[in-house]
Amino acid sequence: MKVYHPHARRTRAQGALIILSVFIALLVGAFFRIQILRSSTWTLRADSNRLRQLPVTAPRGTIKDRNGEVMADNVPGYAITLLPGPPDSLRATLERMSRYVELSPERVVELLEEFRRYGREVVVDTDADFEVVSVLEERRSEFPDIHIEMRPRRRYLAGPAAAHVLGYVGEITQGELDSEAFRDSRYEPGMSVGKTGIERQYEQRLQGRRGLKYVEVDARGRIVGDFTGVTERPSVPGGDLQLNLDLELQRWIHRIFPDSMAGAVVALDPADGGVLALYSAPSFDPNDFVGGIESELWTRLNTDQRKPLFDRGVLGLYPPASTWKLAAAGIALDLGVVSPDDFMPDPCTGAWAYGNTVKHCWNRSGHGYNNLAQAIGNSCDIYFYQLGLRIGLDRMLDRSTDIGFSRRCGVDLPQESRGQFPAEREYWNRVWGYSPREGEVLNLAIGQGPNSQTPLKMAQFYVALARDGSAPPPMLARDVELGEGWSLHLEPKHLEALREGLRRVTAPGGTAHFGGTLEYWEVVGKTGTGQNPLSLQGLAEDHAWFAGMAGPFGEAPEIVVVAIVEFGSSGSAVAAPIVSKTADFYLRKKHGIPIDTIQTLGEHLRTVGWPVWYRERFRTVQ
Amino acid sequence: MIRLFERWALDPALVVAVLLLTVFGIAMIYSAGVVEVPNPVTQYAWVRQSAWLIIALMAFSVAARVPLRWIEWVAVPAYVVSLVLLAATLVIGSGAGTASGVESWINLGPLHFQPSEVAKIATILTLARLLGQRDRPLSSLRDIVAPASIVGAPLVLIMLQPDLGTALAFIGILFAVLYWAGTPVALLALLASPGLGLILSFDTLIWSGYILCVVVFLYAYRYRLFFFESVAVLLANFAAGTIARPLWSSLASYQQNRILVYLDPGVDPRGAGYQIIQSMVAIGSGGLRGKGFTAGTQKRLDFLPEQHTDFIFSVVGEELGFLGTVLAILAFAYVLARLVVMAQRAEDPFAGLVLLGIFGAWLVHIFVNVGMTVGLVPITGIPLPFVSYGGTFLLMSWVAVALAVRVAHEGVQ
Repeated sequence: MKVYHPHARRTRAQGALIILSVFIALLVGAFFRIQILRSSTWTLRADSNRLRQLPVTAPRGTIKDRNGEVMADNVPGYAITLLPGPPDSLRATLERMSRYVELSPERVVELLEEFRRYGREVVVDTDADFEVVSVLEERRSEFPDIHIEMRPRRRYLAGPAAAHVLGYVGEITQGELDSEAFRDSRYEPGMSVGKTGIERQYEQRLQGRRGLKYVEVDARGRIVGDFTGVTERPSVPGGDLQLNLDLELQRWIHRIFPDSMAGAVVALDPADGGVLALYSAPSFDPNDFVGGIESELWTRLNTDQRKPLFDRGVLGLYPPASTWKLAAAGIALDLGVVSPDDFMPDPCTGAWAYGNTVKHCWNRSGHGYNNLAQAIGNSCDIYFYQLGLRIGLDRMLDRSTDIGFSRRCGVDLPQESRGQFPAEREYWNRVWGYSPREGEVLNLAIGQGPNSQTPLKMAQFYVALARDGSAPPPMLARDVELGEGWSLHLEPKHLEALREGLRRVTAPGGTAHFGGTLEYWEVVGKTGTGQNPLSLQGLAEDHAWFAGMAGPFGEAPEIVVVAIVEFGSSGSAVAAPIVSKTADFYLRKKHGIPIDTIQTLGEHLRTVGWPVWYRERFRTVQ
Repeated sequence: MIRLFERWALDPALVVAVLLLTVFGIAMIYSAGVVEVPNPVTQYAWVRQSAWLIIALMAFSVAARVPLRWIEWVAVPAYVVSLVLLAATLVIGSGAGTASGVESWINLGPLHFQPSEVAKIATILTLARLLGQRDRPLSSLRDIVAPASIVGAPLVLIMLQPDLGTALAFIGILFAVLYWAGTPVALLALLASPGLGLILSFDTLIWSGYILCVVVFLYAYRYRLFFFESVAVLLANFAAGTIARPLWSSLASYQQNRILVYLDPGVDPRGAGYQIIQSMVAIGSGGLRGKGFTAGTQKRLDFLPEQHTDFIFSVVGEELGFLGTVLAILAFAYVLARLVVMAQRAEDPFAGLVLLGIFGAWLVHIFVNVGMTVGLVPITGIPLPFVSYGGTFLLMSWVAVALAVRVAHEGVQ
């Protein structure tokens, strides 16, 4: 038994132990290499394996009105985010999701493109309903790589009452990301940014800075929980913004503006040019736009004949009609071609011959001899034709342009239409292909012809009339630096003459007496009946204007209001009550007088008859 | 009390070490079940493993009382039965658990077990029986034909399942037993040479150099070999080189992937390379001290594959760190060394050969299982004795312990 001799066994046992040692050394060496020498590399791998970076949306700044009332704030909403992964599984997840979330095939393609482009998480739905979120949460295992995040959602408390002026937010588009305005490092795909109105104008201020957080995911990409270890960057909320707007006044205007009509109401504070109200009708609900508007609604809003998305207050251009007579009168006074007390040589007989044409006054029975104030009060066209001739076409063009009727107001909104007024005779050649004759001035003098102004521009003009002939730019935000204002260069006595004219408009016998007279406040202003292409063809009514100012009796006006009602036919019957009621609401609130739904004289007459205050004030009339 | 334990365990040092490893295994199986998204199967695996430990200890108590001669006597019948069972698995076998691709299990009512585990022990016993009767060392390739055939039969059947890991264990058994039977190391090297030739044949230049080395070696060794043996070795090497490519294409694609991934885990990081990468991430991030018991993030977040069975050692590495892995490896080293020491002391050739057979099987299991978690060897579905979850495997491992202590106990006298 030589083979199993103790000595032979010992030798072989030693050999076996040596072989064992080699194997053990190999193992220990391998573990030493990976656990000691390369540990930091693998630790990094382990962290990147399981940690995913996710953005934390910063709340957008709150927008408040002049009284500190909130117009737009944030409420908790849900955003559905999909973590990156291989394209096939992303597509499959999105297709499965489309059973519960509204996802068109085009949207799926778009999202996949976004993944390909940025290689990071994408927001599938910035504003998911709670029901959708619950459904997805229930099917968590089916959707392992989606992340549902509480995310501040914009809420417009003013709703349709201040839709155009505040604007709305929406997901940032690729075009915006590439543009100069969003070059800021804060902007990333999937964010909400201001699209129109104040939201767009003050985007930089309202937008906060996104934060970062880390979540732990398991091998299947399921989010296991928040990870509060390494560097986490909290989000920085956006800055708040206080406006000059009066939310209650906006709501009031929204309420009183005739539902079936289109138009705009602009209310300015003559003290500082602040915009008290800026309303455009018909309106829409900006809350529908938050988190993406439904395509059906979007189509409806865009194809609506009445153009609800169009902000008529700052973008709408209308012939200012008789409201512009004040500008003509101002120019004439400044040039010295008329004096306040002069009559025009030809009295108004309802018609007036110029060259070989006959021009009519709106009042076919005529106004007789008028001085300037009377002519404004009666809105006598015959008087203003003669006034226009005295100014002359060239001077009319020069001065109107000088004053700034073809400039913008400089309101703090992303878009504003420029007033249109020909600067020189060349205009007629360019646009209509003929040289203007002197007679063109007749139409310009009564606010017709190639003259289009925005309601805001007219309001700014009336602010200048309410003040000392100058008007600061209308501002929406409270604490911003004012741009260059507007000056009419009028002497105080001339201004007074114009105001006297405005007073006559709402005085007994004036064109807007019934629509404009209020119990507590003196309302003065000017009606306008704007001819438009449709009304000239007899297809629709004229646009109804009223531009006015109001304040306590005998004191400086505290509010300037301009209203235009498209195809409203009568400035005095349709637009003037809107202006008066707007002013009444604002002033009653300001002076602590309870609001009454029956406000103008016209409303009193239609409901309860002649009011007591009217008899007291106008004893002589009755 | 200690006396009583000694009488029960027969070799207290080995049994205590193995018992500690089993308890350590149950703890790691418990930890492997502590995950973020609990799974009822893996969560309570440690309870089932504990129950199996009790069964295994009872089996140990019985098996350790079986006289050595009985064991010798039962070897051949057991071997025959296990071959029949192995053949049967090819027809009625089923995959189970994580090894679902491999049909190596037989279901007996509620119990299912792997005949290959029984075959392993039966083969060791049969080999020991055969070689224990020889009084001369095996000195030529011709002497090796018989033992190699005994291992070859179950090996082929297991390769057909196919279960590469267990097949490797049989090769470990063959070499360890032959070594203990006094086969010269040079002869063993010649025996292994076709295997090496197979691997090296993927590069013609390297393979040519290798064949040259074999020729030189055979020439230097010429006085101790018959001429036909030298020719056979050379032919085997040529054959291995020739069949390498057909053999490669006959491998299942997952097997090919495992080998490719072993060479470079980055080849397929989402597929076959995934397991090895995740395992290395887990172990590497464990560092020196580990992340703490049950606190491994890779494990907790389900990144680790088969973390309570084949990749249990990744959990050890992640949670207990380098200190834990070295301690565990040393514990295994102690068990293996103890088997060698017991064999050295055994007068009876049969006893020594059984002990070395068990040594060879376990060395392969431990080295391949632990090594694959750090990319040292390709991934093969092979469990870690005493630590990996698996009831029948634990039971059979303990039966092997019982046989070891019994033959060592009787072999010394």
